[in-house]
Parts: sequence; C-alpha cells; structure tokens
Amino acid sequence: MTQKILAAHAGLDSVQAGELILASLDLVLGNDITSPVAIREFAKLGKDSVFDRNKVAMVMDHFVPNKDIKAAEQCKVCRGFCADMDITHFYDVGDMGIEHALLPEKGLVTAGDLVIGADSHTCTYGALGAFSTGVGSTDMACGMAIGKAWFKVPSAMRVELTGALRPYVSGKDVILHIIGKIGVDGALYRSMEFGGAGLSSLTMADRFTIANMAIEAGAKNGIFEVDDLTLAYIREHGAAEPKVYTADPDAQYDEVLNIDLSEIEPTVAFPHLPENARTFDNIGDIKIDQVVIGSCTNGRLEDLQAAAEILRGRHVAKGVRVIVIPATQRVYLEAMELGLLKIFIESGAVVSTPTCGPCLGGYMGILADGERAVTTTNRNFVGRMGHTGSEVYLASPATAAASAVTGRITSPWEVMGK
Amino acid sequence: MKYTGSVIKYGDNVDTDVIIPARYLNTSVPSELAAHCMEDLDKTFVSRVKAGDIIVAGQNFGCGSSREHAPIAIKASGVSLVIAKSFARIFYRNAINIGLAIVECPEAAAEIGEGDEVEADLDNGIIRDLTTGREYTTAPFPEFVQKIIENGGLIASIANGAVK
Repeated sequence: MTQKILAAHAGLDSVQAGELILASLDLVLGNDITSPVAIREFAKLGKDSVFDRNKVAMVMDHFVPNKDIKAAEQCKVCRGFCADMDITHFYDVGDMGIEHALLPEKGLVTAGDLVIGADSHTCTYGALGAFSTGVGSTDMACGMAIGKAWFKVPSAMRVELTGALRPYVSGKDVILHIIGKIGVDGALYRSMEFGGAGLSSLTMADRFTIANMAIEAGAKNGIFEVDDLTLAYIREHGAAEPKVYTADPDAQYDEVLNIDLSEIEPTVAFPHLPENARTFDNIGDIKIDQVVIGSCTNGRLEDLQAAAEILRGRHVAKGVRVIVIPATQRVYLEAMELGLLKIFIESGAVVSTPTCGPCLGGYMGILADGERAVTTTNRNFVGRMGHTGSEVYLASPATAAASAVTGRITSPWEVMGK
Repeated sequence: MKYTGSVIKYGDNVDTDVIIPARYLNTSVPSELAAHCMEDLDKTFVSRVKAGDIIVAGQNFGCGSSREHAPIAIKASGVSLVIAKSFARIFYRNAINIGLAIVECPEAAAEIGEGDEVEADLDNGIIRDLTTGREYTTAPFPEFVQKIIENGGLIASIANGAVK
C-alpha cells in the first residue's frame, strides 16, 4: 500500500524498496516547536510564498496556552509567518487541538494522501489509509517551498489482525503488545501495514492510536487497510475524495506478524522504553503519584469515554493527581455535552484545555524526582515527563483510570471485571 | 570528507529526549541547545566535549521525537561525526539535511572504545581506530544523499537548483 502511494506521488508506475524518490506532498504539517526552525530555514530559500497555502498546516499545540516567554515568542513567529503566507490551516488557541487528533477531525487528510509533518507522530494518519510520516524542520521548510520531499522507499512488515478485542482492552494495548514483541527498532526504516479479518473490530480511535505509535517501533509509517468504517469517517469529517490503495495478493513483506486481538490483555510499558511491555501477571504492586489521560495517542472522545466509564461514581485515590486533557476543542466540547467532564471533576481529576504539555515534559504535570506516573501518552524515556529520576508507565485510558482509582498500577479488569 | 577526533561512547536507543530535553525546546538557538546537549543521559558531556570529538553509539540512535534540535545540538556542541550501529530514521534524515556527518557501522560501533582516537574517511568508507589499530569499512551514502551533502544540505541544494 505504502509503495503504491509513493509511486503515485512520484509519477512512477511502481517503486521498489530501497529506491530514492522525490514525491509530491498533499499536506505539510508543523507545530510551535518545529515550525520556528522550519521558518528560519524557509527564509534562506528567498521565497515569498509557500507552494500551496491550502496544503500547509501549522498547529500551536505543544506549549499553548504559552508556558513561558520563550514559548510565546515561538508561537509569535509561527503566527506572523502564517499571516504573511496567508496559510489557510493555521490553528491557534481557541480553535487548536493536538495536531494528530485535529487534522483528521478537520478533514485535512484522506485515504491515499502523502503527508509529512515535523513531528514524529505524524504517522497517525496511516489509520486513514494515507502515507504519513514524521520528518524534521528542514524537510518541512523544503516541503513548504517546493511541495516535495525525498524518501527512501521502505520495505514492509505486515501485521495480520484476527479476532476481536475483549472489554476494556483497546488499541493502546495492541500497539504496546506489538512493540513489546518486536522492540523499539523492530520496524526500523520499514512500513507497518495493518489489516486482516480482525480490522473490522477496531474503532477509528483504536486505529489512530495504533498508527500513532508505529514510530515507537522505529517504523517509517504505519498504514491501515481502508474499510467501510474508514470511508465513513472520511465522509463524516468532510475530507477530500479518498483514493483507496490495496495491497497486491502477492505483495512482498519481509516479515509477517500475526496478532489475535482476542488474546490481547491490558498492557503496560515499563520505564524507560515503550518495548518494556508487561501484562498484569507480571506487574505487582506499584504505587503511583500521577495519571495523565490525553495526548495525540489517547486524547480522543472514545478515550475519554473509556476513562469516564471507570471513574463514574468512583473517586481518585488519595495522593494521586489525575490530569485529563481532551485532544481538541471539539473533543472538549463533546466531552462536556456528554457529561464526561463532570464525571472527571467529581472523581477528583482536573481537566485541561488541549495541549501536548506533560507528554514531553513541557508543563502541566511535570514529575519530581522519584515520582511515578501512569499515562496514556507514547514515550517513557528517561526524563520524558520531568525529573530524570521519575518514571513513566504507558497504558490505555482504561488502565490509567483504573490506576487512578486504586493509586497503584491496576488492570481495568480488576475494577470492572472482564 | 575526513574526520578525526576522540570518542565519547554511548549505548543503544539514545533518544532525542535525552539528547535535548523538551524543557529546552522553547528555543532553537544552536548554542543554547548545545549548552544542554546529552544532559539527561550524561551530565559531563557538555563540560568534556571538544571540537572534533566523535560520538560512537549502539542501535537506534536518535529514536523518538522528530526534533531537529537534537542533531543541531550535537553539531553545535562541536561533535564532528556520529558512528552508530543504526540510526532512527527521522534523526538520520535530519542529520543529513542539516549537515551533521553520521555513519552506520555496527562493527566499529561495537569495538571502538571510550576515549579512542578515531579517523574516518567517509568518501572511501574507511574508519580507523588509531588507538587499537583496527580498521572498518562502511557503505557510502546513496548518490542522491551525497548530492545533498555536497551541496551543503537540503536548503542549499534547493536554493542552487540541485534538488527541484
């Protein structure tokens, strides 16, 4: 699938793994951290316009509302650039969201698109059957200038899904399980292609979460087969006409991973790598200080619903700080209308406006030395959420909510039953 | 291109969060980033790194965030070359695009030790450990990538028409 999309965008009939190509871009994305560097590099090209003002998206999401003066200056640079270039898709405080939740919601990505973003989790849009991949700021600058980027065509790993998930198990558990099996460089330089009979049991939220963390296995992109659910999502969000690519029956894969979804259990990745995945038969009694429910990985409405179902009528354990961050303004509003925010606040959690803040240790929930957090974010590297002596445990929204209630890392099955 | 320097050695999966922690991403000024380079992995790095030094590391160097601030911080700290068993892919292209020399060589990455003096001739794909006398060979960059490096990075390549 990936190779077909790349070939179509490079004007070629077909491409081979390892081939270097220059391909046309449907969308170039940046945020308030990576765009200022890209804007500085763009200026060196001496161009007075971007290649297409409708095909650049800039989202202020990492440190907004601004955490300090320097962060404010960075947003100011982006704001000024987008005004000068008349960028259509500039999202600032008030209409922003975490970029990888926001773009699909706004209908900016459709199946068959080729998207680059100066953010590693740009691979999220693979859930829509697009080729999307994270790049750096220089690639973003050149993408904005000429609407093209160079790629080395990746080989592919097939993830063949069968079965259906059990209650309180979600896409996060699936991807943590997979990364636990293959390691943080298990798919290095490669495309991860997800499909099979089990696909239909996964919600779009599950698929976004799984594609989002393909980078955590080192993959260039994660891409899902397009089915009726994908097409319905694309239509509902007003995205462009989808171009559906399917893998050939004799497609070449250098590895096939068979995943029976019905066997996946609530899974937690221990510090300090996402590959340190464990299930609850091997977790023990681990006290926690903080829970974060949100991020580009798990800040969608379905994620908040999963957490709220467990927190409804229960209270957060004494001594645990719980921070809930809806990923976009729309998710925030829907969560409010559905009464989820009331459930969170009554349970003793706080609810923030959309931001990447704590996920990358920026602000809004930094950990002190020796503190532990269960979070629905995507990385648990040393110091990722604060002090280098703190610990981050990655989990699903259901596991995070169950842990919030007990004050230790807890399976949702323990609180809710299987 | 030839590089000579003494080695600072790290292990596998050196991620971009330890290369430049996110708390310093409120700036993109290279010298300010260099002042915190490797801080969460090795607090002595900034005080001991010398111009020309070579980082040697294990698998998946530069994994994690796409922040170009990571190769910028390494380059601005004076490091001339990074040798690793493998690189995370976004770091790999970022390094090429900003002109930080990098090379994959599993054997060299495994055997070269902390403090060794190393000479690397990337045009001919030869890495020499002057301390141990061992020599290693590497694959040259693909031609397309060489063109970007020869033209001084991706921005310069587009500006002068080498990449259209």
